[in-house]
Amino acid sequence: MKEQLENIELRARQELEKIQDSAELEILRVRYLGKKGELTAILKQMATLSAEQRPVIGQLANRIRADIEEAISARMAQLKAALSEKRLKEERIDVTLPGKKREIGKLHPLNSVLNEIKEIFLGMGFDVVDGPEVEYDYYNFEALNLPPDHPARDTQDTFYVSDKILLRTQTSSVQIHVMENQKPPIRIISPGRVYRSDAVDATHSPIFHQIEGLVVDKGITMADLVGTLDLLMKRLYGDDCKIRLRPHHFPFTEPSAEVDVLCFNCGGKGCSMCKNEGYVELLGAGMVHPKVLANCGIDPDVYSGFAFGMGLERIVMRKYGINDMRLLYENDLRFLNQF
Amino acid sequence: MDISMKWLADYVDIDEPIKKFCYDMTMTGSKVEGYEEEGAKVTNTVVGRILSKSKHENADALFVCSVDIGREEPVQIVTNAKNVKEGDLVPVALDGATLPEGKIKKGKIRGVESYGMFCGLDTLGLTLHDFPYADPEGVFVIEEDCKPGDDIHAAIGLDDTTVEFEITSNRADCLSVLGIAREAAATFQKPFNYKKPEYKGVSEDINKYLSVNVENTDLCHRYIGGIVKNVKIQPSPRWMRERLRACGVRPINNLVDITNYVMLEYGQPMHAFDIRYLAGGKINIRNAHAGEKITTLDGVDRVLSPEMLVIADAEKPVAVAGVMGGEYSGIMDDTQTVVFESACFDGASVRRTAKKLGMRTDASARFEKGLDAHGCMPAILRAFELCELLGCGEPLNSVIDCDYNTRPQAVVPFDPDWTNAFLGTDIPAQDMVGYLEKIGFEVRDGNVYSPSFRIDIESKADIAEEIARFYGYNNIKGTIITGIANAKLTDRQKLERKVESACISMGLNQINTFSFISPKYYDKIRLPQNSSLRKSVVITNPLGEDTSVMRTTVLPSMCEVVARNYNYRNPEAALFEIGTEYIVTGEDTLPLEPVRLAVGMYGNGTDFYSVKGVVDELLDTLGISEYEIEAAGEGCGFDEVSAFHPGRVAVAKVDGKPLAVFGELHPDVLETYGIGVRAYAAKVLITELLDIDIPEKTYKPLPKYPATTRDISLICDDEIPVALLEKLIKEAVGGILEKVTLFDVYKGEQIESGKKSVAFSVSMRSHDGTLTDEQADAAMKRVVKALSKINAEVR
Repeated sequence: MKEQLENIELRARQELEKIQDSAELEILRVRYLGKKGELTAILKQMATLSAEQRPVIGQLANRIRADIEEAISARMAQLKAALSEKRLKEERIDVTLPGKKREIGKLHPLNSVLNEIKEIFLGMGFDVVDGPEVEYDYYNFEALNLPPDHPARDTQDTFYVSDKILLRTQTSSVQIHVMENQKPPIRIISPGRVYRSDAVDATHSPIFHQIEGLVVDKGITMADLVGTLDLLMKRLYGDDCKIRLRPHHFPFTEPSAEVDVLCFNCGGKGCSMCKNEGYVELLGAGMVHPKVLANCGIDPDVYSGFAFGMGLERIVMRKYGINDMRLLYENDLRFLNQF
Repeated sequence: MDISMKWLADYVDIDEPIKKFCYDMTMTGSKVEGYEEEGAKVTNTVVGRILSKSKHENADALFVCSVDIGREEPVQIVTNAKNVKEGDLVPVALDGATLPEGKIKKGKIRGVESYGMFCGLDTLGLTLHDFPYADPEGVFVIEEDCKPGDDIHAAIGLDDTTVEFEITSNRADCLSVLGIAREAAATFQKPFNYKKPEYKGVSEDINKYLSVNVENTDLCHRYIGGIVKNVKIQPSPRWMRERLRACGVRPINNLVDITNYVMLEYGQPMHAFDIRYLAGGKINIRNAHAGEKITTLDGVDRVLSPEMLVIADAEKPVAVAGVMGGEYSGIMDDTQTVVFESACFDGASVRRTAKKLGMRTDASARFEKGLDAHGCMPAILRAFELCELLGCGEPLNSVIDCDYNTRPQAVVPFDPDWTNAFLGTDIPAQDMVGYLEKIGFEVRDGNVYSPSFRIDIESKADIAEEIARFYGYNNIKGTIITGIANAKLTDRQKLERKVESACISMGLNQINTFSFISPKYYDKIRLPQNSSLRKSVVITNPLGEDTSVMRTTVLPSMCEVVARNYNYRNPEAALFEIGTEYIVTGEDTLPLEPVRLAVGMYGNGTDFYSVKGVVDELLDTLGISEYEIEAAGEGCGFDEVSAFHPGRVAVAKVDGKPLAVFGELHPDVLETYGIGVRAYAAKVLITELLDIDIPEKTYKPLPKYPATTRDISLICDDEIPVALLEKLIKEAVGGILEKVTLFDVYKGEQIESGKKSVAFSVSMRSHDGTLTDEQADAAMKRVVKALSKINAEVR
């Protein structure tokens, strides 16, 4: 019997070596260790053994059972590992194939930059105010110190609806609405569409966007204007951004300035982008004209303020290197998808 | 305003390089647009003297010349010029020269060596106006004081630099050489060398020649008439022609050139009449009579109207005041006695007249900005001085001066402390005085006295600007404004932002379209003829019909962009715009400007339910859960419904109020726009959404007990909308209802025609415990009963 048992162990081990999948392994397990298995069959003959032999053989049989069980599970683990390895190997994919995007839409570049500018100003304590695009002449011109027949009206070719109503040529009109309705301190920006009778070409559009800024309080100085614009430009274009102010004339500010930013392309040396000037004109600004304050019922002897206005299109075109303004209003997806 | 640097040098000594000059002038407020060095395109070209001229051996039309160009040996040049002869001085472009037309190289012409080329006027970029004596067809034979070898630029005065200034509308005084010179002197801390004009004149009573009457003294602030007799009309000397040319004015003859010269130099427009054509020797400054006509110097017949100011003689207008002279009263070749006019007209009046007549001139551009009446006298004296200098006539030593100027000198308190507080600077008072005096202001007795030509000065702020621009704007150190910063977006701005981000999240791309459209767009979207949306804000002076009315609906702009993308062969598009509509309220009142969301989609399996899904998701995101969707037709609240497929259009309503219309675009609309696929659109009222009471979001506990689901499949009339079935199911199930989900709609085989099969999954849940089968079954029984009332039978 001992030999039989040892023979079983030997055969089991030999067969085990050859087995290649878990189903065969199970068959083998049942054949040797199952209720009707070979080992069980032998153990059933134990009764025929002598009392001395019984514990010895019993012990041997138990050891062999345990050994075979262990060998089977070891083989099982081996097979599993091999299988798993094989599967992982087979499942290798080309990770460079394109991903399945969950596509979201894109903001129009005008809106995304405008949102950015609004955030900057909100952070600086400026409210965002809207105003009408179809506007009374009074708000667009007269109250801004541009009476009828003022020569500066020529610089803004105006679309008229009637003698008294026009399409606003500048967001400065909102200054008047705000100052009429709000006592200082005032700190606002007003972005929006403005209209000028310019034919469409690469750098002109009869509709474009401006962002007006207005601060009125006691003790507001031109140095405050310089500081505010400097901060704005650094936030918008980075800390390296450098601005310069040039004296200019706007009827509704005094002193008035045009504000240029150092050309990013050439760093001030002069290139085609800045028309060899080293700087690019970005916005107009100045101290609110005392007459404008007075027109709105604010005492210019008590209060002072500054205002600025900038063209959004110009900022956007600079930021993205867009060379044709028409693209912004054509809305070709091949363009829109780039931002 | 173009300024000749040579001319400027008469009044201020500038030794800065041109680039620095331009930069510094810009930084003190005289913006330089650019500069041009005359003759920069002409190089390596010198004066040559023709020593000999002989026939070319191989060509009848060519000549071979030996030319002295100031070197030891003469050079040989082949030319076809017939108008040159031995001894002539001519411009010679040498080997390697550049000319406006290109480069010159030595070479053989028909076998004979030629070292360069003779130049004609046009080759050098000049015209007959520059050198009236030159032969326009042939080589330019130089009659100037020069010698062989001289550089051509110096020899013929082609060495000036023209600087173009952008002069702002408040500084008409800078539309002149003197004005710029004064600014330059202050900018570079140099003396301003102004000399009062002086002339001898002849003693004679001017009243024998001329009488002047100013009828309208409101519009004519001053009129000075002067006489120059024994006039000899000739070309003016070269230096004058050069300067005029540099400033962009065409030389005509000495007398006319003098008037232009004075205008450019002093900024005061002048006019010259031939006294023979002034009937009665009379000048009357009056308003035109209705229907009166004049032929202006440009040869155009113009009809005048009574608000226009004219210079008239005893009978007729001879000039439109401040704009242009008449053709038949100007200087002729045989003119003998000239009347010079130096006047100051009302700016607004000149502006209106010039605009109405459609002719802006150098004179009107100056007058309309407002000129200084004190400038009239120095200008006419300068004209007299030039007449004597040129020897072209004898001015009388008296003038007729009608001075009605009432503008007082501007006097502003000198307040250094206020100025520093206003600018945020620390400029010493004496520096301020220095800046101001340099540009003609006087500071005394605590006041600043403005020079008469500075008509723009009114207040302390104006003085602050003058100080700041010479102190240097960029020397003002920036400070940060202090005070409370309490900024927030308004509800409307927040809502627009939410809509924007919801649209982006749904994969829509944002667009921006023009707010004005063509009235034809209303036809393109099939808007009913009687629609109130056809009443738009109309632009009286549009660029063209396409941009002539302010849109009352955002839909056509969206269709336009959809069509454009289709035409660009973009296979699919999903677009949105947050745009404004302009709704007329009355004749003299401003329109309403409500904000709208427009959506446009096509391609990639887009269908009606895609655009409906956008509207659903948007309303959900905004927190509007209670809304109804209805099939839409005429009278649905949106006239744009006509733009949609009548069977595939719906409105979304909140509390019975229509807030959105959406659907498939009408096949005719698609055809009109040239869109070759089905396309879908929506318009959502954004401004009105603000009026909806949206409940604050509050947390609902997550379910503790499992849901029970029952499917129900039924057959009903095709006409019954699914929404009604859903509504009935919801009502029947009651409080335990969690969700009704449609999972199938089927028409066709096995279903009786006119009927459809609809299948829902009904999910029920209680918060008090797990639902029993009995509870669920009971609920479903109620559903079946409810549905049977509309003849919807369970399959």
